[in-house]
Amino acid sequence: MLNRQGRPTQAASSVDHGRETFTGNRALQQIEPLIFEIGHHETTGVDIAKPAPFKNRLGTHARKDGIGLPGLSEPETMRHYVRLSQKNYGIDTGLFPLGSCTMKHNARLNEKMARLPGFSDVHPLQPVSTVPGALELMLELARYLMTLTGMPAVALSPKAGAHGEACGMMAIKAAIAAKGEGETRKVVLVPESAHGTNPATAALIGFEVRSVPARPDGTVAVEDVKALLGPDIAAIMLTNPNTCGIFEPQIVEIAAALHAAGAYFYCDGANFNAIVGKAKPGDLGVDAMHINLHKTFSTPHGGGGPGAGPVVLSSRLAPYAPVPFIHVEGGAARLVEHASDAPAGNDPFGRMTAFHGQMGMYVRALAYMLSHGADGMKQASEDAVLSANYIRAGLSDLMSLPFPDHPSMHEALFDDEWLKGTGVTTLDFAKAMIDEGYHPMTVYFPLVVHGAMLIEPTESESKASLDLFIATLRDLAMAAKGNDKARFTAAPHHAPIRRLDETRAARQPILKWVKPEPIAAAAE
Amino acid sequence: MRYLPLTDTDREDMLARIGVPDIDALFSDVPVGKLLKAPLDLPRAKGELEVERIMGRMAARNVAASAAPFFVGAGAYKHHVPATVDHLIQRSEFLTSYTPYQPEIAQGTLQYLFEFQTQIAALTGMEVANASMYDGSTATGEAVLMAHRVTRRRKAVLSGGLHPHYTDVVKTLSGMASDEVVALAPDVAANEDILAQIDDQTSCVVVQSPDVFGNLRDLKPIADKAHAHGALLIAVFTEVVSLGAVTSPGAMDADIVVGEGQSIGNALNFGGPYVGLFAAKSKYLRQMPGRLCGETVDADGHRGFVLTLSTREQHIRRDKATSNICTNSGLCVLAFTIHMTLLGEAGLSRLAELNHANAVKLADMLAGVKGVKLLNDSFFNEFTLKLSKPAAEVVEALAEKGVLGGVPVSRLLPGAGLDDLLIVANTEINTDEDRAAFVAALAEVL
Amino acid sequence: MAETRYTKDHEYIRIEGDTGTIGITDYAQGQLGDVVFVELPSVGKAVAKGGEAAVVESVKAASEVYAPVSGEVVAVNSELEAAPGAVNEDPAGKGWFVKLKLTNPAELEGLLSEAEYQDYVKTL
Repeated sequence: MLNRQGRPTQAASSVDHGRETFTGNRALQQIEPLIFEIGHHETTGVDIAKPAPFKNRLGTHARKDGIGLPGLSEPETMRHYVRLSQKNYGIDTGLFPLGSCTMKHNARLNEKMARLPGFSDVHPLQPVSTVPGALELMLELARYLMTLTGMPAVALSPKAGAHGEACGMMAIKAAIAAKGEGETRKVVLVPESAHGTNPATAALIGFEVRSVPARPDGTVAVEDVKALLGPDIAAIMLTNPNTCGIFEPQIVEIAAALHAAGAYFYCDGANFNAIVGKAKPGDLGVDAMHINLHKTFSTPHGGGGPGAGPVVLSSRLAPYAPVPFIHVEGGAARLVEHASDAPAGNDPFGRMTAFHGQMGMYVRALAYMLSHGADGMKQASEDAVLSANYIRAGLSDLMSLPFPDHPSMHEALFDDEWLKGTGVTTLDFAKAMIDEGYHPMTVYFPLVVHGAMLIEPTESESKASLDLFIATLRDLAMAAKGNDKARFTAAPHHAPIRRLDETRAARQPILKWVKPEPIAAAAE
Repeated sequence: MRYLPLTDTDREDMLARIGVPDIDALFSDVPVGKLLKAPLDLPRAKGELEVERIMGRMAARNVAASAAPFFVGAGAYKHHVPATVDHLIQRSEFLTSYTPYQPEIAQGTLQYLFEFQTQIAALTGMEVANASMYDGSTATGEAVLMAHRVTRRRKAVLSGGLHPHYTDVVKTLSGMASDEVVALAPDVAANEDILAQIDDQTSCVVVQSPDVFGNLRDLKPIADKAHAHGALLIAVFTEVVSLGAVTSPGAMDADIVVGEGQSIGNALNFGGPYVGLFAAKSKYLRQMPGRLCGETVDADGHRGFVLTLSTREQHIRRDKATSNICTNSGLCVLAFTIHMTLLGEAGLSRLAELNHANAVKLADMLAGVKGVKLLNDSFFNEFTLKLSKPAAEVVEALAEKGVLGGVPVSRLLPGAGLDDLLIVANTEINTDEDRAAFVAALAEVL
Repeated sequence: MAETRYTKDHEYIRIEGDTGTIGITDYAQGQLGDVVFVELPSVGKAVAKGGEAAVVESVKAASEVYAPVSGEVVAVNSELEAAPGAVNEDPAGKGWFVKLKLTNPAELEGLLSEAEYQDYVKTL
C-alpha cells in the first residue's frame, strides 16, 4: 500500500536572521563543537591513582592499539554539556503537548528518592538477605499497580513499553501453547490506528498480523472484530483509550467476543493515564496490559529513556509470568529467579532481561503514587482529560476534528483538513509552534488521520498556561488561513538551528565522527 | 495537591467552556457501570516529608554497596562515578526532554547521541553503533535476531561462557519465534569446543569476553570459522571497562558487538536502568535495531544532527521493523557519554589498569586461603574461585560478617553441579583494607 | 513498440517484448517525498503478481512495490543504491526498479491504461 504520509524532508531556503557574529554564537546560544574536535587523547577529567607495578594476567589479550577517545578536563566537560543542554526543550522549559507521550511534570522528589543509596547502590545479585527493602518496594509498587488496574498479577521486569508488550504477548503465546493450540492460533489482530510497536511486537514473537479497520468515528466496532474471529486468532492488541484519544465504547463487548472465541485481549496501556482511578482495565476484560511508568507515573523521559513497562496480567495469564518475580507465602517474600524454583501452579515462560527490571524507575513511580494518593491520581486523570477537552473546545472552530462525535480523553486529535489550500502543512504548523516557544504536538500519528495533530497537555498545566497556548494556536491558525505562509514554511526561525536536511542524513548516513583528512591530502 | 495547578474554580470555568455539566460527562464513552464511583483502596495524598520517611525506611533496610567491602559483579559492577555526571544528567533540558523527534529543539540530545555512537564504535572497534538498547541482555537477544535477518538462517550457537541470564533472554525470545538455539554447557575453564558447533545452518555464534567466569577469550578463530560457514560472530561483554585494557572485539573480526554499559556513568540500581551497547559492521547497518543519530546540515548550511534511517523502526515499518524497540536508555547514555568524556582514553586506560591491578592483587591473596582455588588463567577484573564449601552458604556467612563477597554460580545456574564456585569482582573502589577484610572473613568461613 | 500499464498501487510496467520494466509513478514519488533508499530483489528471483518486488523508502515512510504481473527478475537498477533520488527526478526513466521476464502476459489485461490511471489519480 502506498504510504501517503510522505512530506518534505529537505530544508527549505533561508531567510536573513540579522547580523552575524564573529563567533557564530548568539548570546546564550553557543555553537558547541564535538568532543572529538575539542578533546585530546592525553586529557582526562578524572584523577585515578596509578597502581604499583604488577604482572598482568591478561594473557595474550592486552590491547595493543589505541582506542581513539578524546578526554576533557572537568571544567571543559561541564561547559560542553551545559551548552548542549541549552539546545534542548524539556517539560521544565514549557508546555510539551506531545500526544500519546504524556509529558507531565517530573517531580524532583522522585529523583531524590531514586538516589537513596539503599536503592541506587544495591547490586541485583548481592545476597537476597541484604535487600529486603528492595523487595518491599517492588511488592508495594505491584500492589499499587494491581489495585489501580484491578488485575490480579503483575510482571515488573520489562524495561519499557514495547518490552512490556512483548512480555504480555509472550504470556499469551505460552497460555495458548499450554492449551495445545500453538499450531493453530497464530494471528494477532491490530487496529490500523495502533502504535507501531504493536504490530512490530506481534511479528517479533512469531505472530502474523491482521488489520482491524478503523470506523469513521475513530473507534473499533465489535462487529468488525467478530467478523475476524476464528480458531486462528490468538489475540487482539488494542489501545484504550485509543490512539485517537477516544475511550473505546465497545471494549467490554470486544473482550467478551474475544474470550468466547478462545482468544486473549492485550491492551496497550500507553494511555492509561487518562483513566487511573476512573476505570479499571480488569473490569473491562483485559488479559494483559503494559503500563509505561514513564508516561502515567511520570518517571522522566530523559531524551528517550529509560522507561519501564510492567505488565498486569489476568488470572488466565498470571501462571506464565516470566522470572524473576517475588512470591509471597505466609507473609514472607521470596525472590524467584529460575523456573525450577517457581511455586506450584506457575509455569514461567522465560526471562525478559538479565536482572529485576528498572528498579530506579520503580522507586520514582512509587514516589509519584505515594505523593498523589488515590485521590490525587484520580484528580490527575480528570485534570488531564479536562485540559485536553478545554483545548479542543478552544480550537475546534478553527481547526478540524476528525472525530467530533466522541469526547476526547487525555488528548485531542485534529487533522489537516482545515489547512487545505493554505499551502501550509501539519509539519509547517508544528515548526511554527517552536518559534512561539512551544514543543510541537505529535504530528502524523495516528496514521488513520491525514496530517494528524495529537495534542496532550497533561494535568501539569495551569489554566493560564492553557489559555495562552490556545490563544497562540488560534493566532497561528488564523495566520495559516490568512496566507501568511512565510511564518510557517521556513519555520522555525528562532530555534538554535533551522530545519534540518533529513534526506541528506538518510541518503549518505554519517553516524559517527571521522577525523578529517589533512587539507593537503584531501585536495589530491 | 502540589503537582496539580488547576483550582476548583478553574475546573468549573473549564467545564462551562466545554459545555458539559461535570467531569464524568467527558467519560461518557466508559461503559455503563464501569466508571468508578468510590475511591480506590489506596492511601490518600502525602506531602514530601511523609514520602521521604516511607521510602527512606525501605531504602535503609538494604545494604548499600558502599557500606561494605563489596566484590559482587557477574554482569553489573560498582564503579566510582564522578559528581559531574549526576549533576549534568539532572539538568532539566536533558532530564525532561523527549526522544528528539523535533531536531531543531533537541540538538543537545542529538549531539550527545552522535558523540556516544562515535565513542562506542571506537571502544568496540566497530564501524557503526546505535543510540542504545535497554541493557546488555536484551541487546544480545536483538543481535541474534539481527544475525538471523542478515544470514536468513535461524540457528544461534551460544557459548557456555555467556552470562546465564543472557542465555535465558536469548532462549526466551528465540523460543517464541521458533528459532533454534544451541546453548553449550557452562564452560568454567574456557575450553569448550565451540568451533565444532558451527555449520552451514548456523546463523551466529555468541561469545562473551571477559566471560561470565572472568576468562578472556580469543575470538579470532571463532570469527574465522563462523565466516567460513557464512555465519556471524556476536561478541558480548558485560564489563565495558575491560575494553580499556583488552583487545577490542572489532579487532578480532566480530560482526556484531553488544554489551552492558552500566559500569560507565551508571549506578547499580538493583539491576536497572542500565544501557545496552550495540555496534556492528556497517554492511549490516540496515538490519540494525534501535535508533541511529546522523549528521546533516540545516537550511543555513550549519552542521546539525537528526535521527535517521528510521524506516527500520517500528513507528514506520510496523510488523516489518527490525525490532519493536521504541524507548531506549537515553539518560543512561548521557551518563555513559559524560563519564567517558571525563575519562578520555588516558583515564579509561588508567581505570582499566587499576581495576586489573586490584583484581590481580585480590586473586593472589584469595588463592592463598585454605580451601580456595583460583580457576582462571587470564582475567580482567573478575575471576572464579573453587571453594571447599557451597558458595551460596559462604556468601551468606560473609554477608553476616559485613562482606559482600561475590556471586555464587549456583545463583545463576542452580542444579548445574557448580555449587562450589564463586565469581568475585574487584574494581577501583576496593581498597587494600577491603581486600584484607574479605580474605580474613573468607578464611574464617571456610 | 513499448506500452506502459499501471496499477492502483501506483506501480507502472513498461512492456517491451516479453520483458517489463517496473517502477513507481510520478504521483507516487510525489506522495512519498524524497526517496532515500530502494531495496531491490536479487536477479533470478521469481515474483508472483501482487508479490513484493522492491521496497522504496523515504525519510518518513516505507512502501512495498508490488509486481503488477508475475515474472522472473532479469535485471535490477543498481544505480539507485548510490543515487536513490533518481526515483524522484525521473521515475519513468532512470528511476526504474526491476525488469521482469513475464511468465503470464495475460495478466497485463487487468492493469490500467495511461488514460485510466490518470483519471484514477484525479479521484485521489
